[in-house]
Amino acid sequence: MKLGLVIDLDTCVGCHACAVACKQWNTSGTTGPLTDYDPYGREPSGVWFNRIRNFEVDEYPNSKTINTPMSCMHCDDAACVTVCPTGASYKREEDGIVLVDQSKCMGCNLCAWACPYGARELDEDQGVMKKCTLCVDRIYDENLPKDERQPVCVLTCPTHARFFGDFDDPDSQVSSLVRERGGYAMMPELGYKPVNKYLPPRQRPASPMMEKREGGEKESLIGKWMKRQKDAFNSLGKGTH
Amino acid sequence: MSVLPEFENHAEQTVKMTTCYMCACRCGIKVTMEGNEIRFIQGNPRHPVNKGVLCAKGNAGIMKQKSPAKLTQPLVRKAGTERGAGEFEPISWDKALDLLTERLRKIRSTDPKRLAFFTGRDQMQALTGFWASQFGTINWAAHGGFCSVNMAAGGLYMTGQSFWEFGDPDWDHAKYFMLWGVAEDHASNPIKIGLEKLKRRGAKFVAINPVRTGYQAIADEWIGIRPGTDGLLALSFAHVLLKHEQFDWDFLVRYTNSTQLVIDAPDTSRNGLLLRNESGELQVWDQASDSPASWTDSSHDNDIQAALFGEYLTDEGVRVKTVMTLLAEKYLSDEYAPENVAAITGVDADTIERLALEMAHVAFRETITIDTPWTDWTGRRHDKFVGRPVAMHAMRGISAHSNGFQSCRSIHLLQVLLGAVDCPGSHLAKPPFPKHIAPPIKPAWAMAPDTPLSSPPLGFPMAPEDLVIDHDGVPLRIDKAYSWEAPLANHGMMHMVITNAVKGDPYPIDTLILFMANMSWNSSMNTAEIQEMLRMKDEHGGYKLPFIVTSDAFHSEMVNYSDLVLPDTTYLERFDTISMLDRPISEPHAACDAIRQPVLEPDRDVRPWQEVLVDIGARLGFPALTRPDGEPKFKDYKDFIINWEKAPGIGFLAGWRGENGEQSMVGAPNQDQWQAYQDNDCFFEQHLPAGQRYYRFANKDYLEWASQVGFNAHSGPIVMELYSEVLQKFRLAGQGLYDGPKPVRQEDKQRLVQYFDPLPDWYVPLEEQRVDNEQYHFHAVNQRPMFMYHSWDSQNAWLRQIMAQNYLYMNRARGKGMGIKDLDWVWVESHHGRIRCQAKLMEGCNPDTVWTWNAIGKQSGTWGLSEDAPESQKGFLMNHLISELLPAQEGEHSLSNSDPVTGQAAWYDLKVNVYPAAPGETGLYPTFATVKRLPDMPPSPEVLHYHTHTPVNLERSMQDALSRGHLAGGDEP
Repeated sequence: MKLGLVIDLDTCVGCHACAVACKQWNTSGTTGPLTDYDPYGREPSGVWFNRIRNFEVDEYPNSKTINTPMSCMHCDDAACVTVCPTGASYKREEDGIVLVDQSKCMGCNLCAWACPYGARELDEDQGVMKKCTLCVDRIYDENLPKDERQPVCVLTCPTHARFFGDFDDPDSQVSSLVRERGGYAMMPELGYKPVNKYLPPRQRPASPMMEKREGGEKESLIGKWMKRQKDAFNSLGKGTH
Repeated sequence: MSVLPEFENHAEQTVKMTTCYMCACRCGIKVTMEGNEIRFIQGNPRHPVNKGVLCAKGNAGIMKQKSPAKLTQPLVRKAGTERGAGEFEPISWDKALDLLTERLRKIRSTDPKRLAFFTGRDQMQALTGFWASQFGTINWAAHGGFCSVNMAAGGLYMTGQSFWEFGDPDWDHAKYFMLWGVAEDHASNPIKIGLEKLKRRGAKFVAINPVRTGYQAIADEWIGIRPGTDGLLALSFAHVLLKHEQFDWDFLVRYTNSTQLVIDAPDTSRNGLLLRNESGELQVWDQASDSPASWTDSSHDNDIQAALFGEYLTDEGVRVKTVMTLLAEKYLSDEYAPENVAAITGVDADTIERLALEMAHVAFRETITIDTPWTDWTGRRHDKFVGRPVAMHAMRGISAHSNGFQSCRSIHLLQVLLGAVDCPGSHLAKPPFPKHIAPPIKPAWAMAPDTPLSSPPLGFPMAPEDLVIDHDGVPLRIDKAYSWEAPLANHGMMHMVITNAVKGDPYPIDTLILFMANMSWNSSMNTAEIQEMLRMKDEHGGYKLPFIVTSDAFHSEMVNYSDLVLPDTTYLERFDTISMLDRPISEPHAACDAIRQPVLEPDRDVRPWQEVLVDIGARLGFPALTRPDGEPKFKDYKDFIINWEKAPGIGFLAGWRGENGEQSMVGAPNQDQWQAYQDNDCFFEQHLPAGQRYYRFANKDYLEWASQVGFNAHSGPIVMELYSEVLQKFRLAGQGLYDGPKPVRQEDKQRLVQYFDPLPDWYVPLEEQRVDNEQYHFHAVNQRPMFMYHSWDSQNAWLRQIMAQNYLYMNRARGKGMGIKDLDWVWVESHHGRIRCQAKLMEGCNPDTVWTWNAIGKQSGTWGLSEDAPESQKGFLMNHLISELLPAQEGEHSLSNSDPVTGQAAWYDLKVNVYPAAPGETGLYPTFATVKRLPDMPPSPEVLHYHTHTPVNLERSMQDALSRGHLAGGDEP
């Protein structure tokens, strides 16, 4: 199995629901808490597994605004795992989820430097590295209703821009979406083989226009409509009185 | 697969359903608790509004609950200290309520209007309005006056349904969607759910908005319009449709007043009124008899052929024209031609023409049908619903301008021309809408001591006689709603209450009660002076606004300016009613309402405000709340909600009525009603039968049902009023021709004549008319970020990590040309004031517009934030630039900065000048003193480790660590 996410940039409005849902679930999750520093002060910050970046392409008036949620890509060739000196960082054999064993992590931050996606977040208070678990504590929890055994970012997304599934299964929804919509990996040139994929904004074909009519002067049009109304009336056979 | 540990001990968790309260969406939420701590809040998949999804705010509910800014106990301003100094003393609930009841009793028994009760994001206006009526004061309203009354009134006086919460685009069938001026506001999750449906189906999404953020980001086409000109763009679309003969002739004849006859009798009291016969029936021109006939008869009788176009002379010598003729004459004129509208709107002429013709193509060439038989109000059977699948939605960018009412009507006009109202694929009403034009409730004006009002404080005036003014034309309401200055101010004018009360214009008051309204900060225009007014004293040393009571759950800026603070619960600690009598959570094809239930016990000495209202009402002896012996009629809020009936069988909640709970909508009170709601995830949903889902303005079965269940007063058709005789009556009054009340003041006359066009109209926003637009070149608008939409607090520890400071955003090329770069400090000046803030440049912004995120800026010391929090040190409000009054003109009384029709606060009309601050000139301006902490407020934590149970770490076995290299599958030792 190769579990991961597909994110549809065609419908993501950048609302941050996925990011906050992730924060909410995972602060009491396997690698919780997701510590917040100075939460009511001058420089509020904290541990997040999922952050939304937004940027503009092209120039006014043709500019587009793109919202891009970013979390761990669960790379096939995960540099964060390679560099880990204690073996705390690992990619699960059975499903490809990249995790950090909190009991083995010494918080050296090497993995965060190695990750080009900025997906790893050191809990500065606890001195250990934390990151997206793909909600491993939901997807395998048989006590949850079946349709809730998904990462919370997927469950909560109001525009259904997020999909979870097995990329090894060619018939899975994630595999089909990538095939059909031209899904791509982010920064594949770096060679880490990210599992998560993004679907590009759709290019919609131009809408057809109603053909124009000639002679649209106010008086002539109203005259024409009066005539049409009279003709319609006459054709009913009632205009004979 | 390796065996996984048990992550969550579900046996120790409890799950409760309730309803979110962080915005107007009111989504269903499922809350998982561990003890008295919240493990997780998620969307309820069964819920009609959010269908399982939840926004960022909803997901941050834990931090709302954990906020250190929560009020903990009732507080009273310390004797001998000044209001606003922040010196409070705890007081018991008993004493607080005694003190308040005594004061209110005196007011009620002498001059009830000396109590003004205004509420903010109140979601129980049916209750607060009821309370005000029972008290006997007309001085009540909620925040609609600065939110969206233009949308509500614009629609309700024209189509009987409206944008806002009253309807939704048909997300499942629309092929073309036009989104007008939605500043990431109403509604949140439903719009997001809908946009995804549209895009998945390949519908075209056009966004008209000066700023490309939020929903506009995923639009197929973005039109970066100049603020305040949307109405003109809509009318130019109408021009193109008419010019190319793209309008739904049959729809106009059957369902609108377009065939009705407008009297042309200049300088008489009948001019512009609709022709009626002796029995008062509206007339059309019958081509068969070549004489007037009744509109109703013409609808039933195929022998009467109503003319859509034409100018006629009756036998009595009355010259008349059909509404449609007037309409075509107006909008076909050059004034609305794309080439003449382009420069004003900033949208080029080709684009205007193309978009209009694209919509026409979808409406008339891509028509859809739903094969469900239905019967129209005349009894005519139809074998299918015909759909013109062009949908629209519009909000703040339309409503918050002083031309918003007419602009909203202009967008509705476009829908009607396309036949795209409540048909498949168009904009659909949500029960209890559509309603007759207008709903038959007149605003109360008469008051007497110790006597309830005979009608609600808010209603729908239909003529100058319905204004709430005295014989001399002086406003009777403290906010001057329903006066000549704002005749259709159907949601009140909360933004004027403090200014008017302090000036004693039209009169002074004694007590102001505010609920969930931050009127000393971001909910007021002209914030700094409003704070001064709240401190202002008369010659005897008393406050001009003698007593201020605030109910809020958090330490807001308004709490600081209160004399008595009654701490409310959070949304997770209360019972509540989202009532069909008020702003229910209906969906287009289902009538729905909901409740809230507590999911955790308050750990503070706080009481839910609605419980307090029922309690105070009984103490004051409100007839509806007390027995003849003076004892309270109801045990508590829950008991009141179950047993109070507006009319026999109709109460706050529509579900599970009847003694045994087997009746819906109408039925006797059911003592187990709350339990039934709790058992059904806290909502009630009555689906409409398939034949009642569209064309409800003319759908016989729907109309009959709607009148049976009390939505509408009768089952007659709802005839769309393209031409508003109501507006014409006011215009006649302005011209001095009306047979009835007429204004005296010149400015009132002029405004009625100028702005009460009975046909949808566009005019330059009032502030823009009065300021030097060379000097104040830029439009300045603001919006809430999606993750804070409709919330006015800033203490959420998670959400403020996403944004704790706002910037002034402007078009990049424009800013560069002015020598402004990212993070530069700039001055922003209006006719009223100036601010200094930091700028950021962006592409997706109309070049003549600057904008910011609203309500990020906070007063230092409030909301549990540290004194040096960015919200107070760098965050800013545009409110300082916005006056609640229009720039004065000589010889004129002061006029509020509002829509002249509805009184909607025109906070998007703002015009400003922007220039770089001088070198070294940095920092926020203006700044405000730090607000003192409240007594017994816990300190805000420096670090948060929120979790509800010990995390179950997934351990990697040492063997795995030693046996595998870095690659999955391990190709290295």
